Amino acid sequence: MNEACRTEFLIATLARLLTGSRRVAVGAQSPIPGSSAFLAQALDLGPQQVTVLGSRRNNDFTEGGRELFDRAAQGRVDAFFLGGGQIDGAANINLVGIGDYPQGKVRFPGSFGSSYLYFLIPKVILFREEHTPRTLVETVDFISAPGTSPANIYRPGGPTALVTGRCVFSFDRQQGRFTLASVHPWSSLAEVRDQTGFTFDEPDLCPVTPAPDPAMLTIIRGPIRDRIAETYPAFARDVLKDDSSA
Amino acid sequence: MTSSLSLSQAVSLIKPGMTLAIPPEYCGVAMAATRELIRQKTGKLHIVAVPQSGLQADMLIGAGLVATVEAAAITMGERGPAPRFVAAIKSGDIAMMDATCPAIHAALQASEKGLPFLPLRGILGTDVLANRPDWRVIDNPFGSDDPIIALPAIRPDVALFHCEMADTCGNLWIGRRRELATMAHASAATVATVEQIHDGDFFADETLAAGALPAAYVDAIAHVPHGTWPLAMPGFHDADATALDAYCAAAVSSDGFAAWLSRHLSHAEAA
Repeated sequence: MNEACRTEFLIATLARLLTGSRRVAVGAQSPIPGSSAFLAQALDLGPQQVTVLGSRRNNDFTEGGRELFDRAAQGRVDAFFLGGGQIDGAANINLVGIGDYPQGKVRFPGSFGSSYLYFLIPKVILFREEHTPRTLVETVDFISAPGTSPANIYRPGGPTALVTGRCVFSFDRQQGRFTLASVHPWSSLAEVRDQTGFTFDEPDLCPVTPAPDPAMLTIIRGPIRDRIAETYPAFARDVLKDDSSA
Repeated sequence: MTSSLSLSQAVSLIKPGMTLAIPPEYCGVAMAATRELIRQKTGKLHIVAVPQSGLQADMLIGAGLVATVEAAAITMGERGPAPRFVAAIKSGDIAMMDATCPAIHAALQASEKGLPFLPLRGILGTDVLANRPDWRVIDNPFGSDDPIIALPAIRPDVALFHCEMADTCGNLWIGRRRELATMAHASAATVATVEQIHDGDFFADETLAAGALPAAYVDAIAHVPHGTWPLAMPGFHDADATALDAYCAAAVSSDGFAAWLSRHLSHAEAA
């Protein structure tokens, strides 16, 4: 499977996870999650309102940058995506750096809104395409946002799943652990075990992540490609296929 | 009172050691003014990115003008890490106050309201909090066993940004980019560059008034078309991808940055 097909596969996989979520917001530098939210909306899976940061047309905020956060705190955002330079087995995410803070070995951009949104949005889907022991670690070097919190902390939100370039994990907030949910067709259980730096639970029989059907691909290569191009022109042009020239 | 000034006069309101609030790249970043700051060698700045920055912060850091950065993120976006920021963190040349986006918004809103602090949800149990001794955890006075963060107000000396229009009465028009209003309300002074001058008064038209920032908050305006170049001005022009690619390639080393900067400064405002 080539890169374009894998990207379409991941868009479809993330879109299915948005099933039942009415109001979806997508953060900065998130072309694949953004496309997946548009796809979920086009397929009537649940999303009726998709807000993309950095977009003008797909963004109805009138109160500036704080409105996303204010809406989230009020329970007006149902689903969101987060990533991380490192993600560990307790779903702690690190967007700050590797090594001893602050003068560590690697410096990432920073925590953005993760330290807050992870607590408040009911369905946070973690997405990190690179699935290696470098990114999926036993313990993160810096907690930008914790996977779980003590019972007395106000926390209606948190992680529900982690999608990578090899598999889908679901997250159990009570146990504070990931369970393997499905493996993408180009990977394998052995590969996932080998490339994951944290321990996780495995089902007795691990399903294969379903591929997008032809109807979904037509939507991704047509209307979704056009819609995401406003915010991510290079992604739309270089990564997604153009069905009109096919 | 607002007066329309030359770029160098407007920027000279920003003094060494000041706290400077700057917007994200999806708003209007005053890049011509940033080059002027570098020409004026206005150093020891405390940058507050509202809530994140990219090229602007990276250039000021590379030019050696920044003592402290307070931000939720500094990044070149799709082009990857901000090279001079990363180098300055590793060398310890700048003090970093890592934050999270809503904390910066809320701390500025505290200043808007004249409050010493605002509480905010989330953040508990993070290493962001662990490294911010200026942030406190308090008990919700209206709840029981409900810890909540208290953020001290951020009161910048100057807010610096570029926006669509100024009118001839000294009002700015920012549309729905309300973070620019929050920055201006919270800061002691505001310096803006504008794309165009509107001959009239925004407050004579209720539709325009809804997107206006009153002159009461604005201290200096300079008319600088394309003032965000090489960054985008949403609604006017896209980012200059070639220039940004060249920056990222050059600024990986301090020497490369210095050579790029001297070319950039000599060509930019002449072009």
